Amino acid sequence: MSNCGRVGPGARGLDEALVRGYAHRMSSTVTTTVPDATGHFGPYGGRYVPETLMHPLQELEQEYQRSCEDPAFRREFEYYLTEFCGRPTPLYFAERLTAKLGGPKIYLKREDLLHTGAHKINNSIGQVLLARRMGKTRVIAETGAGQHGVATATVAAMFGLKCVVYMGAVDCERQALNVYRMKMLGAEVVSVKAGQQTLKEAINEAMRDWVTNVRSTHYILGTAYGAHPYPLMVRNFQRVIGDEARQQILEKERRLPDLLVACVGGGSNAIGLFYPFLNDPTVQMLGVEAGGEGIEAGKHAARFQGGSLGVLQGTRSYLLQDEFGQVQLTHSVSAGLDYAAVGPEHAWLRDLKRVEYTYATDDKAVEAFMLLARLEGIVPALESAHAVAGIIERAPKMRKDDIVILNLSGRGDKDVAQVAARVGLEMPK
Amino acid sequence: MNRIVERFTHLRTENRKGFVVYIGAGDPELDATRRLALAFDAIGVDILELGVPFSDPLADGLVNQLAAQRGLATGTTPQKVLETVAAIRKQSGIPIVLYIYFNLIHRFGLERFIQAAAQAGVDGLLVLDLPPEEGGAYEDLMRRAGLCNIYLVAPTTPDDRLAWIVKSGAGFIYYVSREGVTGMQHQVSASIEGMTTKIRAHTDLPIAVGFGISTPEQARTVAQYAEAVVVGSAIVDQIAKYGKAPDLVERVRYFVKTLVDAVKQV
Repeated sequence: MSNCGRVGPGARGLDEALVRGYAHRMSSTVTTTVPDATGHFGPYGGRYVPETLMHPLQELEQEYQRSCEDPAFRREFEYYLTEFCGRPTPLYFAERLTAKLGGPKIYLKREDLLHTGAHKINNSIGQVLLARRMGKTRVIAETGAGQHGVATATVAAMFGLKCVVYMGAVDCERQALNVYRMKMLGAEVVSVKAGQQTLKEAINEAMRDWVTNVRSTHYILGTAYGAHPYPLMVRNFQRVIGDEARQQILEKERRLPDLLVACVGGGSNAIGLFYPFLNDPTVQMLGVEAGGEGIEAGKHAARFQGGSLGVLQGTRSYLLQDEFGQVQLTHSVSAGLDYAAVGPEHAWLRDLKRVEYTYATDDKAVEAFMLLARLEGIVPALESAHAVAGIIERAPKMRKDDIVILNLSGRGDKDVAQVAARVGLEMPK
Repeated sequence: MNRIVERFTHLRTENRKGFVVYIGAGDPELDATRRLALAFDAIGVDILELGVPFSDPLADGLVNQLAAQRGLATGTTPQKVLETVAAIRKQSGIPIVLYIYFNLIHRFGLERFIQAAAQAGVDGLLVLDLPPEEGGAYEDLMRRAGLCNIYLVAPTTPDDRLAWIVKSGAGFIYYVSREGVTGMQHQVSASIEGMTTKIRAHTDLPIAVGFGISTPEQARTVAQYAEAVVVGSAIVDQIAKYGKAPDLVERVRYFVKTLVDAVKQV
């Protein structure tokens, strides 16, 4: 079941025995033991929702399990990922970034080249196929940066389903390009004005919609967060990133990487890359949270720095909250990372010390954004720029022959206006 | 005996229906909550459900969200809500249920919160986002503290799950009469008669029906099928409207009295 969503890119002219050997090892041990049957990753995860959603979540879980055992589902999933989304994405050697940092060899997993411009569509495809199997005629989604909203609007258009996307009013403004894209794709975008008007409030509103329209509607949650089975399901739809990267690096370098790097908001792109490597003890992993204006300033979204154990929006995990349990305001230049809680599997991997979590501030992320644009000709999403900032800091401590895979989870078109204003780029007179 | 259990026993003996009022604690401030509670008791409200304000009330519609925001804005914390219950207790024996999101309890400490609630004079907890599956020691701790753990049943709850939930609940079963968040609606849900019949097949616990009931006529209709009727948003809406008025309590009491009278006629 935990392999559901796995896509074999096919061994194209590489050492198949080597690849198969690794692939075989991967399917055993720790990675298959979480979550347990009730959706818990150690003390994290679970299903903390109002009663109205309990049965729909059980139905979703059952349908997901059935689809895992159904080769037709897997074929359909692979078909759309390949033919519609453009998988596999390249694993690109970033030569000039490597030279500039003077450290390890850095490979970029190019999820930014995927249709709609980010990894989010891997999950949206998987979930829309489930929605169809369940006979749902309407899908809803939350979105922060707008990438998940665009991905969901896209798959809804493709299958002729009604689509409503909830987005915080602040995010609508800072990611306006994606609002237009969603509208062009036929989705209704609801600007959420409650609270701090970002991702958390969008999720609250999506859950209110779901509870009201649960018989006709499937909620395509966009990250490895929320009530069981979402963290499991999203991880397994996103693991294609790591499965491909693993095969590609073996093809190119004939060995496993030393370090994986990804940004962590809810944590779907990170868990998608990390998961297929979890049983490889030599592969280290680094998750990069949003440091905002700094941890000391209290204006950030680094849950592992300032957070504590809490329950929000269906799951138990690390949460930025005050002493009374009220959820705290967050801040990040990146709408996709600007969220008060982190996916439960990341909390578990942190406890196990399997993944190390650090953070990058807004300034560092914007610097990394510009650096990647100028050195590699790739404009990354501000979210992914946090991962780039993470490797900029880490590289000097690594050896020259070390190998790094960085998940370039999305492209930065949506962020150009914001970054241009921030770094002072002007239109020609 | 727990005050909720006692009240329903009394209602049954008198062959009368119960009326439950929901308001947000600390809206517009905690002393108003105390005065409202005493006023409700005086006009025959059977149970007071106090919403503990939370930053992310995802089961609530706009009216109750705004009430929570007003509560938070005036510095309402779970501890202060318990102090207010203790203050109400000095003058009133009205059964009190806290309507609360789990993170507030989790942060306080499950066992500590239950003990503090019992000590303050709370009679039951209705934890919106804590299904029995995630309860852990919750049911046991509640029983030992003499508090009722009130579970929700929804229109989407299938039979086998319903049978299991009602066996774990105490005090009464709260039937959420519609799929959706809290709030007012024009018509009461058609599912009420069928679902209350199903619930009765599995338990002798009284049933309270809530979510979306806002007028005396609706309350009267629903009271035919249940032991008690819950009205929330319609009352919270009145509090929002008269929040700053010196005669807030008078005005809200007048409105609530029409609902109490409607239910007591059944």
